[in-house]
Amino acid sequence: MLLIRCPYCEQELPEIEFRNAGEAHVARPPDIANENDADFEKYFFIRTNPKGIIYERWRHVHGCARFFNAARDTVTDRFLLTYKAGEKKPKKLPGAGKQ
Amino acid sequence: MDRAAVRETPAEGVTRTFVLEGRSGKNSRVTIEPAAPAYRISLRAPAESLASLSRALGVKPPEQPMGSAYAKSGDFAGKGGRVALWLGPDEWLVIDTQGNDPMVDCARAKALHSAVDISHRQVAIDVSGAGAADVLNAGCPRDLSLAVFPVGSAARTVLGKIEIVLLRTGEEAFRVECWRSFSDYAFTFLAEAARDVS
Repeated sequence: MLLIRCPYCEQELPEIEFRNAGEAHVARPPDIANENDADFEKYFFIRTNPKGIIYERWRHVHGCARFFNAARDTVTDRFLLTYKAGEKKPKKLPGAGKQ
Repeated sequence: MDRAAVRETPAEGVTRTFVLEGRSGKNSRVTIEPAAPAYRISLRAPAESLASLSRALGVKPPEQPMGSAYAKSGDFAGKGGRVALWLGPDEWLVIDTQGNDPMVDCARAKALHSAVDISHRQVAIDVSGAGAADVLNAGCPRDLSLAVFPVGSAARTVLGKIEIVLLRTGEEAFRVECWRSFSDYAFTFLAEAARDVS
C-alpha cells in the first residue's frame, strides 16, 4: 500500500484514505460564459496526461477531508511532493527522475 | 424548550431501543463494548473564533493535527467528560459523555461558527485490552503504535468498508465512533477480528 503525506495532517497515511481528484493547476477562465468553444474545450476536457511527473489534486477524503496538490511520477507511481491547495507549483522536486 | 427533555423522552407508547443493545465481545486479550449514549456536535469554525468557543464549551478545540483535548472535569482514563477531537484544519468533533449538551454552550458563543447536533448520527464502541490495536488493525490501515498514534490521538479513518473516528483513550483503549446505521457492521467486524487476536 502506498503511503501519502497529507500536508494538513502532517503525516504519511495509507493510500486507502485518499482519493484522486484530477489534474491540478487548471485555471478556470475568468469569463467562462463568453469563452469560445475551442478554448472551453481546452479548459474543460484537455489534460496533459504525461509520462513522468504529473501535478494532481488529491483529497484526504477519509481523514481531514481536505483537498491538496501532489507531484507524482506516473511511471514509478512515486509521490515526490505534496503541498497545500492554493500554494504555487513547486519549482524544484526532491528525488525527481530517480527510479 | 428544554432540549434535553425533548431528546430523552420519546413520544408516548414509543420505546427507544439502543442499536447495539445487549451486544458484547470479550476474550482474554480484548473487550469490545458499546459505549453509553452521548452528546455529539460537529463543529466548524475559523481560527479567530476559537477563543470564544473555548470559553463557551469549556474546552479548547485543539489546533494540533490529530489531537484531542478534554475539558477540565474530564480525562482519558475512564471518567470521560467533554472532549474535542481534531478532524481537520477547521473541523472538530465534540463529544460529551456527562449529559451536558454542547449545543447549548455553543449557542452562547458570539463568534462565527457552525455547530450541528449529531448525537444520534453516531454510535461509539469501546475497544480495550492488550489486543485492542491488533483488532482495530484488522480493518483500519493506520499505524496504531504508541509512537505514531499516542494516547489522546484522534483521527477520522477507515474500518473495513466504513468511515470511523478513532480516539485513543489509553495505551490499550480506543473509542470507535461510527454512523448509527453502520454500527452493526462495525461491531460484528470487531468481534470477528477479536477471534483471531485471542
